[in-house]
Amino acid sequence: MRHNKSGRRLGRTTSHRVAMFRNMVTSFFNHERITTTDAKAKELRSIADKMITLGKRGDLHAMRLAASYIREKSVVTKLFTTIAPRYTARPGGYTRIVKLGLRPGDNAQLAMIELVEEEFTPKVKKAAPKVKASAAAKAPKKEAAPAVEVIEEVKTKIADPAVACEASAD
Amino acid sequence: MAVPKKKTSKSRKNMRRAHDFLTPASVSTCPQCKAAKLPHRACPTCGTYKGKEVIKIEEV
Ligand SMILES: [Zn+2]
Repeated sequence: MRHNKSGRRLGRTTSHRVAMFRNMVTSFFNHERITTTDAKAKELRSIADKMITLGKRGDLHAMRLAASYIREKSVVTKLFTTIAPRYTARPGGYTRIVKLGLRPGDNAQLAMIELVEEEFTPKVKKAAPKVKASAAAKAPKKEAAPAVEVIEEVKTKIADPAVACEASAD
Repeated sequence: MAVPKKKTSKSRKNMRRAHDFLTPASVSTCPQCKAAKLPHRACPTCGTYKGKEVIKIEEV
């Protein structure tokens, strides 16, 4: 069973690993883009996301929790004042990992991890697949005037997510 | 000590080695510079990934 077996150990003792990731997350928020191995980047992603969530909370307790992990006070201040406010609309996923290839010497997979920069555009939820299937089934049967029906269905499809979005916004 | 009773014939040896081969690395082409690169990785020749991102700044 893989109960309680999440995460990578990375060939280190727990204290070594924790110390390393505290250093790494500090450097990551300091530089906003670091190059490391793919496995470490994937672990760092989760830690960095949690720190940004603390930054978005923004209260004193959150700041103290962040300061207990991040090694430099200036980086905590940067996280709470400049980094976290960028992501107020974004529900998680603040980092991007791009694989860079193999490192000469030990053939390790390298990756670049960075904070995402662009504006967040919420994804519009697609209409239920049942509607699409029925539309596809109807189209070949009626050859005379299927276009009007399809357009009407498309309109209803578009209308539904808009209503849902407004409801969620409220 | 356990010792082979018969010499392994060329045929046996070659049959055993039938699965000992290397598989070629999968290669994709960079949309930016058309060079061969590993899939899902940044292009080592031009330093881009998905067109826009410059990951390694090339200084040659
Ligand atoms: Zn290229």
